[in-house]
Amino acid sequence: MRGAQFLQPLFEFPGACAGCGETPYLKLLSQLFGDRLMIANATGCSSIYGGNLPTTPWTTNTDGRWPAWSNSLFEDNAEFGLGMRLAADTHTQQARRLLTGNRDALGAELVDDILGAPQLRESELSAQRQRLAALGARLDRLDRAVADELRSVLDHLVRRSVWIVGGDGWAYDIGAGGLDHILANGRNVNVLVLDTEVYSNTGGQMSKSTPLDAVAKFAAGGKTMPRKDLALQAIAYGNVYVAQVAMGADPQQTLQAFREAEAYDGPSIVIAYSHCIAHGIEMRHGLDQQYRAVASGHWPLMRYDPMLRATGKTPFLLDSHRPRIPLIDYRHRELRFRSLANSDPDEAERLLALAQESIDQRWKTYEDMASRGPHHFPSDARKDR
Amino acid sequence: MDLTTRYLGLELRNPLLAAPSPLSRTVGGVRQLAGAGVGAVVLYSLFEEQIRREAEQNAQLAPQGTETYAESLTYFPATVDREHGAHRYLRLLESAADAVDVPVIGSINGITPDSWARYARSMQDAGAAAVELNIYYLPGDPHIQGREVEDRHLDIVARVKSAVSVPVAVKLSPFFSSTAEMAQRLDEAGADGLVLFNRFLQPDIDCETLAAVPGVTLSTPAEIRLPLTWIALLRGRLRASLAATTGVEGPTEVIKYLLAGADVVQSASALLRHGPEHAGVLLDGLHAWMRRKGYCTLDEVRGVLAVPEDGSARERADYVDALRDANSTAYGSTW
Repeated sequence: MRGAQFLQPLFEFPGACAGCGETPYLKLLSQLFGDRLMIANATGCSSIYGGNLPTTPWTTNTDGRWPAWSNSLFEDNAEFGLGMRLAADTHTQQARRLLTGNRDALGAELVDDILGAPQLRESELSAQRQRLAALGARLDRLDRAVADELRSVLDHLVRRSVWIVGGDGWAYDIGAGGLDHILANGRNVNVLVLDTEVYSNTGGQMSKSTPLDAVAKFAAGGKTMPRKDLALQAIAYGNVYVAQVAMGADPQQTLQAFREAEAYDGPSIVIAYSHCIAHGIEMRHGLDQQYRAVASGHWPLMRYDPMLRATGKTPFLLDSHRPRIPLIDYRHRELRFRSLANSDPDEAERLLALAQESIDQRWKTYEDMASRGPHHFPSDARKDR
Repeated sequence: MDLTTRYLGLELRNPLLAAPSPLSRTVGGVRQLAGAGVGAVVLYSLFEEQIRREAEQNAQLAPQGTETYAESLTYFPATVDREHGAHRYLRLLESAADAVDVPVIGSINGITPDSWARYARSMQDAGAAAVELNIYYLPGDPHIQGREVEDRHLDIVARVKSAVSVPVAVKLSPFFSSTAEMAQRLDEAGADGLVLFNRFLQPDIDCETLAAVPGVTLSTPAEIRLPLTWIALLRGRLRASLAATTGVEGPTEVIKYLLAGADVVQSASALLRHGPEHAGVLLDGLHAWMRRKGYCTLDEVRGVLAVPEDGSARERADYVDALRDANSTAYGSTW
């Protein structure tokens, strides 16, 4: 993955299954956004291997800083993450107010630089840290109580990167209402859905992400409802950044989506295909299977970037090629699909045909959206950006 | 015009059979073949080795992570069966036999002596009109004697015949010390039909990657000569029916096989290449040729050019004539 592999990961040695499809995304998250990360982690696999107390795979950098991470209840993780955002914003406002009020004592030039600093690029963030270090050395110029108050919120003058992380059981099912709420809220939060298309942590129960035809617990005869298109649901708001990624199929697209999502000043959601032992595959071939998921059209890669709409460009970008292998070439390699073909071949054949039809239709929809002009998509009506 | 045919004791509407191929992997595929007009469908082969491998793989994948984490004891429903390959085949056979009005013949490729009889019995129970034994055995070990190879074939036939009451055909290799004697022994062992021949799928070599490349290539009319020769030689000498396979592309190959003495002609490559509906092209061509030549029934056609029983002198003469013709025409005088 060009441009990311030399960055220090702050996520290491998780206790996940060998070959887990989720952990590479979290490692990448930690490499890209490091100690600025604030993670609200829904209950699920990622909360178990991510916080198997008293140990944790989230670790420190050489400056002794690390991502802030906490685990909420299953049903309120999105709101929990929004709370982190609001708290961080409040702390930032408080810090800015204190800086403004003590501008002369702290040095007008330094204070102005801090308050007006751009913080998108890594170099800009690094420069801001240096300014804050210089500011820290001047705090003894202030009244002690004011200095203590400013010191407690100083770090919030480096832009926080709030990520709400969870699996599809959380995002599509149990936490769906909250997720919808925070996407519609317009605040700058990022959502990472580690989508295994099944409840992994509790042992393979079907979720609303489980595809048509797959065998899972509560769908032993093959699921007869198609998976919910969470991406389209989020796109409907118009001002949500949306990406669907699969690292095994296109790592650069994954990298780009993570960066764009984080940089976007508004709600973002990245839906990441994650292979899982509950798929019934040899995990060492997980990334190859991700490639097939994309090549068959099961998992189209796309991005919806409201910033493009704002600059007069089509915001819907279809990043994967037209399906070039039959769906069955992807599916017959996974026990979750193959087992139905074994136990009830006629039903498997029926559902596979419907699944292929559904995938073809979705591809046409995506292709159509990618070729529409920007005026076919809603504008961002927010003023305060 | 009468194309009805008797093969393995079965009454068929015509002598064209769909040979085992991916076309018969689904009930829909079998329906298409029957709809295109074939006289019978031989299902794709049940490969014991493949079933075992799949079962082993499923048995390894399904319990992954079992009782590893506190919140999840297993990851698949208890109903996920780990050994389904044979059931899948048998269900297909059952459904296909119900779905079409032509005989559906099961095909087995086993690896253990017991498996042949066990699967044959299961196929019979599932509704197979007959069973074809797809014996693919390459004795690469130099210590294995020819007689052992032959006895292995006979043992399989004996086991299967004692297990089933439906007719049994044997698809065999052309490579025996005395192919005719082998055919005779299989006939005596109770084989109701012989399918000539199984194709050995020899691997190729990729000179760039320095690797052996497994290759399955569809057959071409150039490959018809070997089975054609043996059918002509065996016609009238066995009780068992004779089925020709390999190299059928158009009606010409079907006609040649029938003239040599085949009871039926199987096609897989042409149907894969042109689609199941190509069966209609083959049958229409046969029909048109018979009309043009004034034949009313296939019995009048079948074996017209077979080698007569006292044909050993002719076999040698044909060989000498062929070489003499070659010398005098395109290939010079170096023979």
